[in-house]
Formats: sequence, C-alpha cells, structure tokens
Amino acid sequence: MTFHRPTFRHPELPPNDAGYHRQDYEGGISTLCAGCGHDSICNAIIQACFELALPPHRIVKMSGIGCSSKSPAYFLGRSHGFNTVHGRMPSVATGANMANRDLVYLGVSGDGDTASIGMGQFMHAVRRNLDMLYIVMNNGCYGLTKGQYSATADKGSKGKKGRINELESIDLCELAIQLGAGFVARSFSGDKQQLVPLIKAGLMHKGLSFIDVISPCVTFNNNPGSTKSYHWVREHSEATNTFDLVPFQQTITTEYDGDTVQDVALHDDTVIHLHKHHDAPDITDRRQAIDNLEDHKAQDVILTGVLYINPNSADTHELLHTCERPLNSLTEDDLCPGGPALEAINAAHR
Amino acid sequence: MKQLESINDFVVRFATINGSGSASANTLFAKAVFRMGVPVSPKNIFPSNIQGLPTWYEVRVNERGHVGRRGDVDLVVAINGQTLRQDYDSLVSGGYFVYDSSRTLPEDFRRDDVTVIGIPMTTMCNEAFDNPKMRPLLKNIIYVGALTALLDMEPEVLIESLRKQFRKNPALAEPNIRALELGYAYARDHHAGACKLAVRRSDRVGDAIIMDGNSAAALGAVYAGATVVGWYPITPSTSIIESFGRYAGQFRTEEGAGRIKAAIVQAEDELAAIGIVIGASWNGARAFTATSGPGISLMAEFLGLAYFAEIPVVLIDIQRVGPSTGMPTRTQQSDLLACAYASHGDTCHPLLFPCNPRECFEMTADAFDLAERLQTPVIVMSDLDLGMNDHYGPPLAWDPQRRYDRGKVLNAAQLDALTAKWGRYRDTDGDGICYRTYPGTHPDKGVYFTRGTSRDEYSAYTEDSAAYVRNLKRLQLKWETAKGLLPQARIKLTKPEARLGVVFYGTTAFAAYEAIELLGDRGIAVNSMRIRAFPFQPEVIDFIRAHEVVFVIEQNRDGQMRTLLINEGNLPPDHLVPIACYDGQPVASRLLLRTLEGALAERGILPTNTPGQGGTP
Repeated sequence: MTFHRPTFRHPELPPNDAGYHRQDYEGGISTLCAGCGHDSICNAIIQACFELALPPHRIVKMSGIGCSSKSPAYFLGRSHGFNTVHGRMPSVATGANMANRDLVYLGVSGDGDTASIGMGQFMHAVRRNLDMLYIVMNNGCYGLTKGQYSATADKGSKGKKGRINELESIDLCELAIQLGAGFVARSFSGDKQQLVPLIKAGLMHKGLSFIDVISPCVTFNNNPGSTKSYHWVREHSEATNTFDLVPFQQTITTEYDGDTVQDVALHDDTVIHLHKHHDAPDITDRRQAIDNLEDHKAQDVILTGVLYINPNSADTHELLHTCERPLNSLTEDDLCPGGPALEAINAAHR
Repeated sequence: MKQLESINDFVVRFATINGSGSASANTLFAKAVFRMGVPVSPKNIFPSNIQGLPTWYEVRVNERGHVGRRGDVDLVVAINGQTLRQDYDSLVSGGYFVYDSSRTLPEDFRRDDVTVIGIPMTTMCNEAFDNPKMRPLLKNIIYVGALTALLDMEPEVLIESLRKQFRKNPALAEPNIRALELGYAYARDHHAGACKLAVRRSDRVGDAIIMDGNSAAALGAVYAGATVVGWYPITPSTSIIESFGRYAGQFRTEEGAGRIKAAIVQAEDELAAIGIVIGASWNGARAFTATSGPGISLMAEFLGLAYFAEIPVVLIDIQRVGPSTGMPTRTQQSDLLACAYASHGDTCHPLLFPCNPRECFEMTADAFDLAERLQTPVIVMSDLDLGMNDHYGPPLAWDPQRRYDRGKVLNAAQLDALTAKWGRYRDTDGDGICYRTYPGTHPDKGVYFTRGTSRDEYSAYTEDSAAYVRNLKRLQLKWETAKGLLPQARIKLTKPEARLGVVFYGTTAFAAYEAIELLGDRGIAVNSMRIRAFPFQPEVIDFIRAHEVVFVIEQNRDGQMRTLLINEGNLPPDHLVPIACYDGQPVASRLLLRTLEGALAERGILPTNTPGQGGTP
C-alpha cells in the first residue's frame, strides 16, 4: 500500500468514558471502491463502539468472504479479527462465543455470504440466538466476482449489465424475525444518523441482533433500474421509528413532537426509547413486525429502523446451561476428573 | 459325526432381529465369559435400521487372548426366522445349532455334520411370564440361560451380572433371573452333554476391561479438558458425543445451579460442526468434533483453513463404509487419504491410529496436546469396529502429574515482557511453530487479524509471492517437527534377520498378530510393525527398507496406507504388497491367514498346496 491515513487528530477531541479516543476504534485504510456503502457502515461501527465506550480489545470481529467480509480490516484495529471461509462465519462465531462468553462478538457478512452459501449457517445461528451482532452489508450483488446477482436482489431489479433479475428475493430480516432473533433492524449505509444508534442497540442486546444494511455497490449495482442504488433507496425508504438508546448508567430523554414513546428495556437495564406514530405497529410483536414489513414491501417501500425486539430471549449459553465463567479460562483443576475417577470407570467395565 | 470339542476357544453367533432387545442379553453372555476370567471379543453385526432387520452378535472366546474376529461360527443361536437357513448353512462342520423349538425345524434342515439343539423358548416364555411387553426380552434371557448350561458355565456369574444390571430396579431382576434359570434347567435336563464346547474359569483376564472405543475416546476428551463440542449426528461417531455428554454431566456439573463446564452444540451440519471447533480453539478453549467419512468430506474446506491459519482442531473420525446410504453400520479403514491430505492447496494433517479403547483414550487426550502444540488439525482415526463394539483390552490410565500442553500462547505478562516485535506467524524458535494470542488478552498488544494465506509474518495482508513461499516452507518445517512428537510405531522383531515384514494399523492389529503367530507356528518368521501415527517417523521407513517383502494389511480396497508409505517414504511400489480386507466386517484371522499364505505362495515362499486353516481345528 502506498498511502497512509494521517494519525493526527484534533487534540481537544474528548475521549469516551473508558478513556479511549475515536482513533482507537479505527482500522486500516479501506481498499474498497471509492464511494462504497460498506465504508460508511465501517465508520458507523467505529462511531457506535466509541460512543458505547467498549474496550476495543474486548471486541471480536468475525467475517466470511466477499467485499463486506474484507471490511473488518478497516475498523477496530485493536480487536482480534477472523476472516473465515465463505458463508461460514456464523459457526466460527458460535465456537468463539462458546469459548468466551465475556467478549463482544461482531459479525460482518454480505448478501452472498449470508443469503446463499451461508444461508444454513445464518439461520441456525439465529435459531441458537447466539449472543452477537450480525450485520449484513447488503448490495444485492456479488461485488468481488464482478456483479452477479445475489439472492437478496429484488425481482425486477436491473444491474449494470442490464439484465433483469427474475428470481424472488430473500428478505433476511423477515427470516431473522421468524427464526427467533431478539433484535432485528434494517438500515441504509447512507443514513448514519439512523445506523449508529441501531448498531449500538444491537451490540447491547443480549442474543442475536441482526441488522440488514442496504449498502449500494457503486461499481456494479448503482445504476438506474437497480433497487439497491443510492437513488432508489433514498426515494423508497421509510423509517418505522426513531429512537434513543439509553445505556444503563445514563439517563437521556429526547422529545419529538406528535410522537408516542415506547420503552423497551434490554437485559442490563439499557433502555430503548422508541419514538413512533401512535398508530404504528408494536415492534415487540413478531406477527405485527412481519406484517409491517410485507405491507411496506407491497407499496414498494423499504422499511428501516428497528423492526422487531424481544428483550427477554435466552441466548445459546442460557439454552445450553453452560457455566458462567468463560470456558477458555478453566484449567485442569476444573476439568480433569483425575485418577481415582478413572479407576472407578475401569471397575465399572469389568 | 465328529463334534467340535474345545475349552475356552470357540466362536458363538447369536442371530436375532434388530430392535428386539437382544443386545443386552448377548452382552450379558459376553460379560459372563469375561467375568469367568476368559478373554472375549464380542462383535455386533447390525444393519442401518432401527427395527425388524437381521442382526448378529458374534462372540469369540479365546483363552490365549486373540480377540480379533476369527471368522467361521462354531455354535449359532438362531432366533431369527428370516436367516434360519443362512445361519444353519454357515456353521462349520461339527458345529452346534441352537434354535427355538417352539416351531419345528423345516424338513430340509438335514446336515449330518451339525448337532441340533432345540429349546422351546417361546413356549417356555409364554407359560412362565404374563406381561406381553416383557416376553420378547425374557425370551432372550432364556436362550442365554440355555447357553450357560450347554457351555457348562457358572450360572451364579450371570445371576450376579443381572443383579448388578438391575441394581436400581430390583423388581426387574427377579423375572430376568427366573428366565435365566428356566433356560438353564431346560438345557441341563434335555441336552446334558450335547455340546462339547465349554467355558472354564481361568485367570487370563487380569486387570483388563471391556469397553467400546467411542466411550474411551469421549473420556479422553473429558480428561484432556475439552470444553466446546460442535457435532452433527452420523453413525458410527454419534456415541462419542453422547458419551461425552454423559461424562460431562457426571464430572463437569457445577454445584449450586448445576451449570455445565462444557458447551455441546449440535450443529446444522458437519461444516458448522468443525467451524464451531475452529472458532472455539481460536478463542482459547479446547474443542473437538467427531464424524465419519461423509463428514470428513464436508469438513475438508475448513480443515484447510485451520491448517493455514494454524488453529488447533481435534477431529475423531470413526471410519465406516461408503457415501450416502453406503453401509454406515459396517467397518472400514478407508478415509486415510481423504484425511491425510484433506482440503485444497498443499495441506497435510497428523493422524493417530488407535487399536483398542486404551489407545482411543490416550490418543484422544494426546490429540489435544498435539493440536495445540502444533497449532493444526489432528485427526484420530478410529473405526466402527473399535468405536461401537466392546473391546477387551488394558484398563485406561491417567498420570496424575500430567498437565495440559497448551502450546505456544502468550498471556498479557508475556506480551509486556517481549523485547522484539511480535508476529503471529513469525518463527522465533526454528521449529516452524509461532506464538499465538487469544482475543481479549491485552489492551494494546498481541492483536492480529486471522486469514488464510494472504498475509505476512505479522499477519498483515499481503499477496506477495515471496511471503507466501516463506510461509509454506515454514509449515513444512512444522511438519518435520510433528514427527518428533507423534507416537512411535510398535515394531516386533520375531527374528531380526527375517525377510518378511507385515505392516498394519488400528483394528487390523488383532487378526494380524494372530495370523503372524500362526505363520510362526508353521516356521515362517515375520516381523511386524503397527503404525500409530502419520507423518511417518524415520523408523517406519527404515523398517520397510529392512525387509525384502512387506505386506501392508488394511481395511480398504486401494491400499491407502500403502500409497501413503510409497509417497511419503519414496519407496519402490513393488516392495509393498497390498493385502486388502474391505468387506465391511472386522478382519477375520482365518481368512487373513489364507490370504497371506496365498500371497506367500505366489512369491514362492510357501508351497502352494498347504492346507492352511489356522485357528482352532
């Protein structure tokens, strides 16, 4: 690489509550195409982790293969990361999480990585309600292999090569809601104001948080006729709600005129204050959440924001009844039954 | 007619229907032989089915301690009408045919070289017991009782076994004991002296145990401190995970809330199963999975990632026959090549070859140390015969002083003490193995980004050719290091100057040792080598070079171990003669002896017209 990011930052930029500066959450220089939506998402991740004051070394980055899966190199340079194989990030994240339940797990994947080759792993990680934030950078195409349609490309959408996609698209958010994810949201890489608090809420939620971020591919899928272009998404999206995330140590209240407020408390007393129209569906109701998505889709509208929350879902460790200490911290004394026990086993086999 | 006569040396076969509850009755018999101090080897020959198809349970009784399959049947207990004819016809001349005489035998059962012994089991059972649900199970106990009398065994041993078995439910012990006594009394009163095979109390068992290899492997994982398991059900490996779960419940439950010090995750497929293992090992837990051939194929991509990213993996392969419907309940050693070089792009993996439950225990435990020391996948190559059948062998042993070798892992203090720049893939010790860190160890040191091969010594992204070549060469050096850490082959020199060598591994060992002994009885000296690990140490190659002809006996068609030896040892193919036993049954010593004799005759080492039978006369 022939260029470097300047390390200079304004000396008066304040650190967060944990004493880290925003710079401590940055990563390497992106090698994605100029204007790629993924870069905006990386920035939103950096901002969200900074604002939550998470110690960077306590975060684990996981990804599969593809443009999106390359991106963990571009944020959280002080966190361990694992670029796994195509479509298999969820299983590696499952193992990592089983080994140490005390770290924060952030998985980044793409629409090819998740909705095609990794569909099985995605769905089963959701079913296990693995405690992680799973972000899909969704551009409706395979960027790294030059623009083939992916399974999230909308029926009727047209890519750069001009061919119409004739296949039904897969709505990952609907699937995630159906399969038991506790936090499901959709956003747009061009809407940082919405995306940062969503990522923060997803990181705070215990259990599987899923965020589908529509992230236009400027090189292969940003043309007129594409339903994953910046222009189309801006014209056709509608936020279901806005919200403030109130971490448990703080109290923040924001008032929006003419809205009602719905509070959803997460496991550690972090509260999500939702601002929404009084006739909007209840986002803690699974059926209403799915209906809401389908109703908007029927009108050619992409619904964004928090789509569904179940604050009380049990994560994998709770389901498996594993001990509270991280399994990777246990030693011989905790784990090995010892010689006399083996003698008893031998005796039982005579 | 000359009846077979033998004390403590014969083969009994139970021909039953699967799902009829005969397994526990058959085990009762085998265990009783063992408890009378006589080495015994039971083999369950069963279909891939839950209920209704023929199944056999073959018990070899052998005072000399030959516990491989012998082949041929001396006494059959024929309970299954579907296979009555087959079971009758398959008896050796002079053998004994025990059947349920509640129905008369078809008229065309007219062999004059077989002793027919009728026990009206169904009639007796229906007269003695009212509960229709219990009857089929008690009928099984009746034939065990009859056999106890026919073979002149000590009924108290079986009664004691039944008491032990139903310790928690004594009400069930009573009808079982009564059934046993009914069968015993009938055979004693009606067929006294009819059978000239007998089990006589002996002292040959010592401290041996009878255990299945999968339970032993599961215990090895428990003792080695495995905490994360990713798995997908597949015959014949499933019982490893089930055993691990049972032992974890027994030994790993915390007081109070009863939480478990292990996470056993049933995955959606084998790809995810090994992905879970890789994620957990990368994050510092000891993790393993168990599978069989089809699972190995699915895990191949991930094995390559673990090889290149240098992540420990313990994988236990319980080998079986074939893909798809295959023959999942039949045994083979046919995954060697698939495992040794699994994945794409210059990959190779250490393999361990256990031959008995003790080695299943030890090698599984060792696999964790090896995988972490070498930072690579290690595959334990068991098979269905070893994994699912009860095996007679030495007891499991654990050195109380043993500590886990977690390999080269830097903690926070060690990272602080470093004077040179740390690189995840920088070899500072010259053994090809680098230092790794677990996530979350240190606030600002030891962080790296894990990838396949597109990185340099510091784990920074690069597609530089020179960096790639340096990395591959270092991995080659690590492969050399592995040879010094793996278990040595067991070499037995019958006669140091012998021209013939025999090579085998895993469960082939029992029949092979017996065949070698029988050849020895006939004056043919054969040296042997039981391979216990891949990559091969220099001793392995030296053994082969030191003999004029080397037979490689293995349970696959294509001579996979032979191929590995030729390839890795740069050996002339003519030097190694393949002896293939791949019918899905455990290798039978009689058949093996005939095959070896044939091969020797072809080379002019043995006259061609020898009446080679071997085993018991």
